Amino acid sequence: MDVMNLFRNYEEAVAMILFGIGFSNLLMQKNLIKKIIGMNIMDTSVYLFLAVKGYIEGHKAPIVVDGVQSVEAYINPIPSGLVLTGIVVSVSVSALMLALTIRLYRRYHTLNLDEISTLLKKEEKS
Amino acid sequence: MSVFTDILLLFLVVCAVAASLSKNLLNSILIFMSYSLVMSIIWILLESPDLAITEAAVGAGITSLLFFVTLKKIHAIVESDRKEKKDE
Amino acid sequence: MSRKLSEEEYKKKLSYRMEQWFAGQRDPYLEHLRMKPQAERTLEPEKEEALRKEKKERLDKVYRISDNRPVKLFEKLYRIFCVAFCFFLVIMLLIAVSFLPSYGEDEKPVNNEVSRRYIEKGLQETGAVNIVTGMILDYRAFDTLGESHVLFAATCTVLILLRHDKKKGERDTEEETDRVYEPKNDVILQMVSKVLVPPIILFGIYVILCGHLGPGGGFSGGAVIGAGLILYLNAFGFAKTEKFFSEKTYKVLSVSALGCYCLAKSYSFYTGANHIESVIPLGTPGAILSSGLILVLNICVGIVVAGTMYTFYVMFRKGGY
Repeated sequence: MDVMNLFRNYEEAVAMILFGIGFSNLLMQKNLIKKIIGMNIMDTSVYLFLAVKGYIEGHKAPIVVDGVQSVEAYINPIPSGLVLTGIVVSVSVSALMLALTIRLYRRYHTLNLDEISTLLKKEEKS
Repeated sequence: MSVFTDILLLFLVVCAVAASLSKNLLNSILIFMSYSLVMSIIWILLESPDLAITEAAVGAGITSLLFFVTLKKIHAIVESDRKEKKDE
Repeated sequence: MSRKLSEEEYKKKLSYRMEQWFAGQRDPYLEHLRMKPQAERTLEPEKEEALRKEKKERLDKVYRISDNRPVKLFEKLYRIFCVAFCFFLVIMLLIAVSFLPSYGEDEKPVNNEVSRRYIEKGLQETGAVNIVTGMILDYRAFDTLGESHVLFAATCTVLILLRHDKKKGERDTEEETDRVYEPKNDVILQMVSKVLVPPIILFGIYVILCGHLGPGGGFSGGAVIGAGLILYLNAFGFAKTEKFFSEKTYKVLSVSALGCYCLAKSYSFYTGANHIESVIPLGTPGAILSSGLILVLNICVGIVVAGTMYTFYVMFRKGGY
């Protein structure tokens, strides 16, 4: 393990820490909306990691200027394309989760996951 | 330039922690919105303007709008208003 | 030698009784076996009420989390384990990161011959100045087609979950039709949105049309247009937007856009995914009418994304257009 490399890779390290924060949100929060926010944080951290891996110091955005077409001029376009599709899909995923949350609220009138599960068990018993 | 990136990354982590620790749902959604905006600035610093436009329109705009409508539907905004009035 | 039985003797025989019993004429045990009628359970109404209350209280006690000690203990343990696991996960990931090549370095395994090909030949092969757009809408167009369908499927699911069906003869309550917070005549909002909505939608159209010339494209432009439509809806209410954007409009727009995309790209799948020579010329790079099919595909994706965003918002608010 190279600690100095960790400090040079600080953007990736931040992405990993954000992933941890989002994951702990997903595990520990009882409120469903907080869980969805944690999921979104995890999404963005993965995108940050991908985009940082494609970045090259001193190179420009992948838009051809003045007919220069050498690898030395532009950053890697592949992670950008992947993340572009990923961002739009993450919106539809969070919209889906919010719709499910609204339905749960309409039925149980609470957002706390523990209360919802106890209400569910009560319904099964009676 | 590097210092600016460092400050933005620190802000990102602080925003993520604050959004998860905040008691009020409305506050945490607003913090998440600012998190998305900072993320879109980081995309520009990473030389991907496509991602910056998309993140600003989608992450900061539409996702938080959907969150707000959900809060309204579950009557969270009205209840917090009432609580504030009671406290006064 | 047989002899004839007398009638009484015959009636005593088992076979006769069996036959009678089968025919249902007489139950042979009717005389011998009789059920006692059960005594009716009589309880005073107060006592019954008390019993029911006790049962409910017991159930409540079982299911109340705050009084249940094992559940509380489990929750504490769960929290501790969660924190420990998250720390463990982050530390493992950080160790993995420390072995990765440094930030901003040129010689990474990511920067291989694929990205070299995209950068060096992209302009000649796709005609798009923006290499990312050329990549996602020409080399990897199948991926983007699937993604547009993901958006469409997500819209359908939200529609199934949140659609509010009006029953016949039933009047909508205020909350269901979402007129509670609807601004009747909010002058500030209406004036601001009168000024702001046309530039927002124009900017969205610009971003879509210049997707192959600069940063932008169908996804971001569609989201901008959707945001403009949402602002218009918030300022002027459902009565005005229903006139130009109904459920039928969404259906026609998105299905025709997806079908157009599918037709435009299926030629390469039918030829074994070899890119045969397109009939459409690539044009001069940098002109608005260039780069073959990318402009058309960008417009299709933009329509789908704008419709999806607007539909999400409308479904969340009202449960119908």
